[in-house]
Amino acid sequence: MAIRLLINLARFLGTYVAATVLVFLLMRAIPGDPAQIALGVNATPELVARTQAEFGTDRPLVTQYFDWAFGLPFGDFGISYVTHQDISPLVLDRVQVSLILVLLAMIVALLIAIPFGTFAAVRHRNPSGILISGLSQLGVAVPNFLAGILLVVVFAVGLGWFPANGWTPPGQDFGGFLSRVFLPVLALASVQGAILTRYVRSAVMEVMSEDYLRTARSKGLGPLESLLKHGLRNAAIPVLTVTSVQLAALIIGAVVIERVFVIPGLGSMLLDAVGNRDLLTVQSVVMVLVAITLVINLVVDVLYTVLDPRIRKKA
Amino acid sequence: MRRSNNHGLALAILLAGSLSLTACNAGSGATGGGGAAAATADKSKVTVALTGEPVNLDFTKTAGAAIPQALMSNVYEGLVKIDQDGKIVPLLAESWTVSPDGKVYTFKLRQGAKFSNGEAFTASDVKFSIERVKSDAWVSSLKSKMDVVDSVSVVSDTEVAIALKQPSNAWLFNMGTPVGAIFDPSGVADLANTAIGTGPYDIKAWNRGQSIEFAARDGYWGEKPKVKTVSLRYFADAVATTNALKTGDVDVVYNMQAPELLSSFTSDSKFQVLEGTSNGEIVLSMNNKVAPFNDVRVRKAVMYAIDRQAVVDTAWGGYGKVIGAPVPPTDPYYEDLNNLYPHDPAKAKQLLKEAGAENLDITFTVPTRPYATAVSEIVVSQLAEVGIKAKIESAEFPAVWLDKVFTKHNYQMSVVLAVESRDLLTMFNNPNYYLGYDNSKIKDVAAAADSADEAGYASGMKQVVRTIAEDAAADALFLFPNIVVAKAGVTGVPANSVTEALDLSAIGWK
Repeated sequence: MAIRLLINLARFLGTYVAATVLVFLLMRAIPGDPAQIALGVNATPELVARTQAEFGTDRPLVTQYFDWAFGLPFGDFGISYVTHQDISPLVLDRVQVSLILVLLAMIVALLIAIPFGTFAAVRHRNPSGILISGLSQLGVAVPNFLAGILLVVVFAVGLGWFPANGWTPPGQDFGGFLSRVFLPVLALASVQGAILTRYVRSAVMEVMSEDYLRTARSKGLGPLESLLKHGLRNAAIPVLTVTSVQLAALIIGAVVIERVFVIPGLGSMLLDAVGNRDLLTVQSVVMVLVAITLVINLVVDVLYTVLDPRIRKKA
Repeated sequence: MRRSNNHGLALAILLAGSLSLTACNAGSGATGGGGAAAATADKSKVTVALTGEPVNLDFTKTAGAAIPQALMSNVYEGLVKIDQDGKIVPLLAESWTVSPDGKVYTFKLRQGAKFSNGEAFTASDVKFSIERVKSDAWVSSLKSKMDVVDSVSVVSDTEVAIALKQPSNAWLFNMGTPVGAIFDPSGVADLANTAIGTGPYDIKAWNRGQSIEFAARDGYWGEKPKVKTVSLRYFADAVATTNALKTGDVDVVYNMQAPELLSSFTSDSKFQVLEGTSNGEIVLSMNNKVAPFNDVRVRKAVMYAIDRQAVVDTAWGGYGKVIGAPVPPTDPYYEDLNNLYPHDPAKAKQLLKEAGAENLDITFTVPTRPYATAVSEIVVSQLAEVGIKAKIESAEFPAVWLDKVFTKHNYQMSVVLAVESRDLLTMFNNPNYYLGYDNSKIKDVAAAADSADEAGYASGMKQVVRTIAEDAAADALFLFPNIVVAKAGVTGVPANSVTEALDLSAIGWK
């Protein structure tokens, strides 16, 4: 088990370093000089040169890379080309907002997916089971932003039940927070819930065909009882894996949803920074997203080992 | 079962952790209002929706219109101010006199004005502020507007004399724009985060990515603002702003960028739609230095080929004013030159023939902005009618456009919104500007006009404008409108956007 953990950790670090190189190079490949863009039109060449020196973008690429990449793990993301301020505290502000959004959406998605998926599996031959299957198929096909726009049109602009956009921190006004977070979370969770429902359904169906469940049934347990007692834990393993992958997908979905609902999270920050060619901010936000994804994978790998004794023994 | 409980617990702790982190952060403030429920108007507060958030609060180091839009007039004030008709009126200066040679301006300053940090406003603050623009502290390209100043001397606490190197009409106007903002020497330590000025408002809270809240200042020297709190909320796009207006989250949408969304407001008595003017000319730029536009006949052909009214009607829903030359009517040297190039495809074809440029193929570099894409299609079809085949090439704005068109001049035709106030000479009196206009014919006239008296300034500049128009240096398609949509009960919105400043103090409720 310790070896397995070490391998996981090494893989984590390797991917992280590779990602820093890739992100850095990609950022340098896009056209447009950050100094010129920060100064806007009518800037003299001397002013541009002075600003390049201030930003350090006139230094060799290797120096720029190491300067940035070594600061990252210590929370030093550098100084923004556009705001002339430390990037780290700004990113930290935004991370909290995005995390709340993503975690709430995942919880709601699981609350949808587990009961509905299980039901669809148990009743897979009944019309009700087929209906849930069909609906989840439909939900998978809807992009997050479309779900968001539809929800705004119907529930905010049409019915006026919720605000159309904006964000209130929960610590400031919890009621306001709930009313503003409801639609974006629903937009993310409905699509995510549909995807997970399908996985839960197939995982449960697979478990139901296992010998040990048949044994349990033969001992006189009902279908639901046997499933609850012996099946769900086994079905949880593939669902957990998928959940972790989907959690990463959800973070990407949140980037778009934040734009639709004007939420000041990482996604909005990323899009603004891209527009302003604030390269250091873009790089840093992307690396935060990469790090979150990698940490999720690492945590799930560990949980996986804990949940399944077979893997624990193998390692 | 026990383990999965732990799993749930872990998730709960993680969530609770992030919630409490946000709670700690709530002190920095956030948008108020409980959404749709708060739709019933709170008359002590106005919320204005804008697109494009300031990246920081320091316009001395950061370019762009967003920062001065929020801060000039509201937090920072100048000696003079540009009113809704484009006139220069007194603000922190009560009055001024100009020496007979036009080189020395003596300002009599208002007494009793105070900065928001409690310091009194005196002549030495004026000296400090102007000298600061000329120093390395200002990094913005706007600073060149203060180059003409030779020296500033404090005559007394309430009187300051500013000597110019040569007489300049443009300079006094510029004193009403961000370069003329008056700072307190002890208030410039952290301009990016803390704005200290003599204006009617203070910044109460700034929620990055969302909004800036202004609170009316006690003891402001001038007329009290109409409401206690004004909140500027920032949105990424026009649809989000109109949604927020419909759900009651905002009261005013200033500078609406999507005329196609207006119809649902013009027909609804709960809302009002105002059409003001702006400084922004939509300029169809032709690279004067490269073929085929280095030939004046080809440029003139383009002027005749384009039906500017049709462009406004098709691209911008009829909102916007056809101006004929790149000068807004609020400038003192405006003159209606619409008859210079009437829509005349036959004449355009004839000019192209004379130039030996029939069946032209050109590349039209279009920045990725809503107005530009809307304009480009109708322009392309009108050019096609006279035999100019324009291929649209999209350039991401600002980065790619700035790099390719503006910096490297690597383009034939483009279209852009020129927003700076009184920017005629910036655009045309510099052969190295991206338009590449040969300024030899206007250079001396422009310099003479700037040093002349007020009347001489207007007439001299009119001559400059006519020369530029006759040379068909660029086609000013139309003046960008400043469209304001507001709840019916809102009053005092400054619909004309004449300088960068958005003056919030007159906005109130019926």
